Amino acid sequence: MKKTILSLAAAAAVMSFGTVAAEAKVKACWIYVGPIGDFGYSYQHHQGLLEAKAKFGDELETAYLESVPEGADAERAIERFARSGCNIIFATSFGYMDPLNKVAGKFPDVKFEHATGYKREHPNVATYNSKFHEGRYVQGVIAAKESKAGVAGYIASFPIPEVVMGINAFMLGAQSVNPDFKVKVVWANTWFDAGKEADAAKALIDQGVDIITQHTDSTAPMQVATERGIKAFGQASDMIKFGPTTQLTSIVDDWGPYYIERIQEVIDGTWKQSDVWGGMKEGHVVMAPYANMSDETKKLAEETEAKIKSGAFNPFTGPVTKQDGTEWLKAGEVAQDSVLLGLNFYVKGVDDKLPQ
Amino acid sequence: MLEGILLTIATAATPLLIAAVGELVVERSGVLNLGVEGMMVMGAVTGFGVALATGSPWLGVLAAIIVGALFSLLFGFLTLTLVTNQVATGLALTLLGLGLAGMLGESFVGLPGVKMIYIYIPGLTDLPLVGKLFFGQDPLFYVSILLTAGVAYFLFKTRAGLTLRSVGDNHASAHALGIKVIGIRYMAVMFGGACAGLAGAYLSLVYTPQWNENMTAGRGWIALALVVFASWRPWRVLAGAYLFGAVSIGQLHAQALGIGVPSQLLSSLPYLATVVVLVLISRNRRLTMVNTPASLGRPFVPDR
Amino acid sequence: MRIELVKRPERSALFAALSPFIALGLTLIAGAIMFSLLGKNPVEALYYYFIDPLREVWSLHELAVKAAPLILIAVGLSICYLSNNWNIGAEGQFIVGAIVGSILPVMFPDFQSWIVLPLMLLMGIVGGAAYGAIPAYLKVRFNTNEILTSLMLVYVAQLFLDWMVRGPWRNPAGMNFPETRTFSAAATLPEIWSASGRANWGFVFAIVAAIAMWFMLSRTLKGFEVLVLGQSPRAGRFAGFSQSRMVFFAFLVSGGLAGLAGISEVSGAIGQLRPTISPGYGFAAIIVAFLGRLNPLGIIAAGLVLALSYLGGEAAQISIGVSDKVVRAFQGMLLFFVLACDTLILYRIRFVGSSAAKTVEGTQNA
Repeated sequence: MKKTILSLAAAAAVMSFGTVAAEAKVKACWIYVGPIGDFGYSYQHHQGLLEAKAKFGDELETAYLESVPEGADAERAIERFARSGCNIIFATSFGYMDPLNKVAGKFPDVKFEHATGYKREHPNVATYNSKFHEGRYVQGVIAAKESKAGVAGYIASFPIPEVVMGINAFMLGAQSVNPDFKVKVVWANTWFDAGKEADAAKALIDQGVDIITQHTDSTAPMQVATERGIKAFGQASDMIKFGPTTQLTSIVDDWGPYYIERIQEVIDGTWKQSDVWGGMKEGHVVMAPYANMSDETKKLAEETEAKIKSGAFNPFTGPVTKQDGTEWLKAGEVAQDSVLLGLNFYVKGVDDKLPQ
Repeated sequence: MLEGILLTIATAATPLLIAAVGELVVERSGVLNLGVEGMMVMGAVTGFGVALATGSPWLGVLAAIIVGALFSLLFGFLTLTLVTNQVATGLALTLLGLGLAGMLGESFVGLPGVKMIYIYIPGLTDLPLVGKLFFGQDPLFYVSILLTAGVAYFLFKTRAGLTLRSVGDNHASAHALGIKVIGIRYMAVMFGGACAGLAGAYLSLVYTPQWNENMTAGRGWIALALVVFASWRPWRVLAGAYLFGAVSIGQLHAQALGIGVPSQLLSSLPYLATVVVLVLISRNRRLTMVNTPASLGRPFVPDR
Repeated sequence: MRIELVKRPERSALFAALSPFIALGLTLIAGAIMFSLLGKNPVEALYYYFIDPLREVWSLHELAVKAAPLILIAVGLSICYLSNNWNIGAEGQFIVGAIVGSILPVMFPDFQSWIVLPLMLLMGIVGGAAYGAIPAYLKVRFNTNEILTSLMLVYVAQLFLDWMVRGPWRNPAGMNFPETRTFSAAATLPEIWSASGRANWGFVFAIVAAIAMWFMLSRTLKGFEVLVLGQSPRAGRFAGFSQSRMVFFAFLVSGGLAGLAGISEVSGAIGQLRPTISPGYGFAAIIVAFLGRLNPLGIIAAGLVLALSYLGGEAAQISIGVSDKVVRAFQGMLLFFVLACDTLILYRIRFVGSSAAKTVEGTQNA
């Protein structure tokens, strides 16, 4: 037994020399909170890894860890990456924020990128996020145009600012078409449970909504909508295969361009700390092809998208009233990013209560 | 709307019911298999894959049943032949199942599955309110009801059922009577595995026709709890599964109505309801004590 | 051919010591086959799995961080299982312990004194024990099966924590993200030897708890009571032991230790409350308890082995690119071998042919 272990160690020592000799110029590493098989959030980050890999070829070495729990395990995972020769580490979930900053302090030569967070305690920490709410505004416009009932169902995951922002943007988009439009919200309290999401979709449909949108990751609501003959929006990836006659459009998270840009900067030695919040303009948020809607709706959706993309329009532009009836944004006033990133209230018309 | 709600409840309850009825038979034979979640997820991936490859959901279901039974055989070999600890082996089976299913299903991610077709009987299915409920559901819904009835009949009305229960109640005296304790437990374990596999196939072919990693999402654990909830009686498993389903769906409706109660509290209602109801039932000792298989979880090695 | 077990006249001390190594050998062989089938170099894979995490000091610290909650919880559970109380809700007791233990640093952040940390730990223990007392009370008072109640209370605890960190306890300076404020230095469980890694005193608690429980079980009357009531409630009654009191004792001890694990994890390794603070420690600890043969000292070893399998799994994912699914399947396999080899301690294995029965293995050392 002892002999086996020794020979194992010896063999491995030889091999570890072997791997060092590889040609890669840079090593990039990813940490995902879910399995890459979720076909949602972690899946899309992994698509970003694959895009980067395709772009750089042999120049880039990659590694990833999936289903890393937020908590004590995250710090170990990040530190292991930092020690295993990664030049840049992408931590793709909010809960990795504190462990990432802690590890970053110990490895000043490694670049740390944190998605959806706000802490940058060291010069080698950057944050990035996407303006998914831009897409949700467009969805709201479509929903209000296409809905006959005048009420949409929203399957939400957890009440964090990003999700609240999405609900508000959807509502504002819808109200721009139909001021009386209603949204019913159901919190699934999970990012991913196909069965529960399907149940939530059915409950909403039974209560009379005729459009479903979701901020959870599975394709189940799309399938339920198809079965019940109503329309729905996809989430995170293009889900048209799950609802060829159902999907109006989908917000596709495309992290690839950002990853490629940042890895290139590491190669060039020009990487700097930054806080990137990219949207449609930067190509981080992409709308899946508009389908299953009238030409008029499609035209309006395309116009809205173009307006946001060009930077001429911000979905959070006043006048906007809060749910409690007080004024949030004056006419023409645009919401500050800092307020949006910590958003904790609804706009008028949302039929739900946020935990305070 | 009421019809829709009832149908949704039935869909939510059916996989729990199928898996729990299977586990009930296993536990009645004196074996505690905590690997339901693992067997279920193996059934889900097999059912999805075979249905996708052949285009036939029925073949998918069949394959899921077979794989569920084979997978449980691993548990059976360890706990029955090698008398390993049942609790730990069951948990290890869950780990193995989740990992293995994830490996097998890697290429299925992002593919729409084959959906089992709902029953349609002209005239009957179109009846108002009850039509779809009784005559228009997926075929496996009817299987789940028949399965419950069949297990209830088998356990309490047949000689073989009596034998199985005697093995679970006192394996030593059953052995003394010349009953092949280990053989019967093997069959029970495989039946439980087959049911868990079927329940998994229900998830990936009816409930949500798609494959995702960990798509069982803890339903195997709920099924385990339901067996205890039912104090090892088949019809009470059915009641428990529908109670759990009803509260789960009810809380979603309460949310959609916008009643303003924290969603976490609403989400915890199914669990709390099960506890409260079980407390109420078990206050009456006669209802539970007589049913608990006395040899549950105890290893058995025949003396020679 | 059929496999048959023959009970040894007594426990085999040789196989008790040998079986983990036989299991390791079998796992290595099976693992080599599996990794080869997946097109990976088996030697490399196994090296990263079992040896790489042990090569560096920081990684040993991580091993201690990962093993501490597993050992603490499993030691408590061993009392439950030995006394025939099926507590499978340690995960919930862990969470409630963490919540109750966090009352001081979250609600009174300005209260900073040396006494804060001892109070937090104490409150964590009390919280976990109190949550464990619920299934105990229901079992004793209403005869309600504890498997169901303890398991269901896990989900309730998780949702309660979720609500706390999103609602009343949310960090006022945290951009409305679901987390409490970070604990002050006075409320942080110190690292044992911070120069070399981040293992905290939680690991020390785990070892101390294991030794204390071992002493209690093997050297005191209370331990005798646990074993007697577990093996035969009737005999226990004749000896004058109270079944009901034992139910409470077992649940309070295991709940308290799970609660201590919870507050140690939050105060030591995480530094704040978050929606998820445990990757299923309460369930993994059930495996650890049985892997350690319900012996507190064995549980220390078992906890370290399971922790190693997590760390090794990560190393293998990073270094040779196997997916975490492979890692989990391999972990399940490892557990199977360990459990199966323990059979050799109490039994001899005979392969019975169709005609002649011959003894093949391990007959000498009974």
